Amino acid sequence: MAKLELQGVTKSFGDNIVCKGIDMTVGAGEMVCLIGASGSGKSTLLRCMNLLDPVDDGVILLDGVDISVPGLDPQPVRQRIGIVFQSFNLFPHMNAAENVMLAPRRVHGTARDALLPDVTALFDRFGLVDRMDHYPDQLSGGQQQRVAIVRALAMKPEIMLFDEITSALDPELVGEVLDVLRQLRAEGMTMVLATHEMGFARELADKVCFLDKGRILEEGPPDQFFTNPKEERTRAFLARVL
Amino acid sequence: MAELPKTHAAAARPLTRRQAYEAQVRRRSVTIAGLSTAAVILFLVVLIPQAPGWAAVKKSFFNPDIFAKTFPGLLEAFLLDMAIFAWSAPLIFILGLVIALCRDARSPALYPVRLFGILYTDIFRGIPVILVIYLVGFGVPGLGLPRPYNSPFIWGTVALVLTYAAYVAEVFRSGIESIHQSQRSASSSLGLSHADTMRYVILPQAVRRVVPANMNLFIALQKDVALLSFIGPVEIFRQAGVYKSLLANFTPYVGAALIFLAITIPATRYADYLLQKQSRARS
Repeated sequence: MAKLELQGVTKSFGDNIVCKGIDMTVGAGEMVCLIGASGSGKSTLLRCMNLLDPVDDGVILLDGVDISVPGLDPQPVRQRIGIVFQSFNLFPHMNAAENVMLAPRRVHGTARDALLPDVTALFDRFGLVDRMDHYPDQLSGGQQQRVAIVRALAMKPEIMLFDEITSALDPELVGEVLDVLRQLRAEGMTMVLATHEMGFARELADKVCFLDKGRILEEGPPDQFFTNPKEERTRAFLARVL
Repeated sequence: MAELPKTHAAAARPLTRRQAYEAQVRRRSVTIAGLSTAAVILFLVVLIPQAPGWAAVKKSFFNPDIFAKTFPGLLEAFLLDMAIFAWSAPLIFILGLVIALCRDARSPALYPVRLFGILYTDIFRGIPVILVIYLVGFGVPGLGLPRPYNSPFIWGTVALVLTYAAYVAEVFRSGIESIHQSQRSASSSLGLSHADTMRYVILPQAVRRVVPANMNLFIALQKDVALLSFIGPVEIFRQAGVYKSLLANFTPYVGAALIFLAITIPATRYADYLLQKQSRARS
């Protein structure tokens, strides 16, 4: 059984149909990359998986259980599916450690002192242990994004979603964030990425999906996808970005 | 200013064309500003004493003897203004926050709460402060309450709190709405509830962001405390009135105005400074 499965997911904002019936499966421990032009529906699809935006039609199954039922309480689902945004969205009035500890403290009710060893270990794992008491505006873009990843991981999610998390970074800072993803991949985390980093997708993805105008136009293992795309539009897109 | 570059180590370096031009522009604007200010002051000093009633005005508004005699009494009366301000300000802050949160209530069961918030701000921003002071200050004690509870201090302060809380609530609401949607997204994506998102993520940022705007309201409150004199308490405005009747001279009012300015000018400058700092930080 797939870890996460989408069947005919449709989402529109007003007259603008952003996702037009998307089917997709993500196996446990897999890394799936969504690629496509801006406005092709990648971000919206990720926000739907995290229930930040409710789907208009279609079904999302997590471990075979429908999580897209209208009226379902989204909070327990969001604790199992973490998301990291392009613009980091750290809380500017809290230092890095407080950013990370807020959700476990409030949602699981764990005391700060009880959390500290785990959180420190998490910061240490991603080379950020000396940045724990820094505020977001004292951190570089790359460090902020790594803290945002640590913040999502602190809830011990089963799946991580990444929404173009390197797009807002200076080129020399992209590497340190991609290294974090590599590390998570090696640890067997199930991940879905919307990304423009084609080299990274090619190197590490289990599957690449090309979104075009709200549909998955083509999908497949990266070797086949990048060397021998079937669709004309995929070829045109790859010619522009590679 | 033109001397300044010579003090640097690279003393020999001449000014660039741009620097020379800007120094010239600066000298010219300083000269013009100085001349025009001097002209205006001269005009006022020469012209006002020419007015036919100047001697009388000087005697009844700017009388040094009366100023010296009444100033200590005015200062003492001003302590009452300070006291009323000091215990209404925190109440206004709290009530304003509660009203702002009422207006933000989203769930349908809480619709009455939201309606209350809307009506409250509409009504109390729509009535002149002095009217609220009269209605509450005379109306409530008129119910025949027992002794300490019919004091005009209490009900006058309540009137100020009711009115100013409406304005403060609107300021808080604008602060809450100014926090970017992505902060709410980030918070809910971590599994935090609406209430926790508001309490730990939105409010701390919103309250800080509207500090300068709220400071301006509290400066206005500081002055409006004088309105309570209409329902009884002998604060500075009323005390000045007493001196005026006693001495048949308006100088005590000028003294009272100076005392207010001594508080409000530094406070306004400080609020401006905070605002500037904030807009610099955001740009």
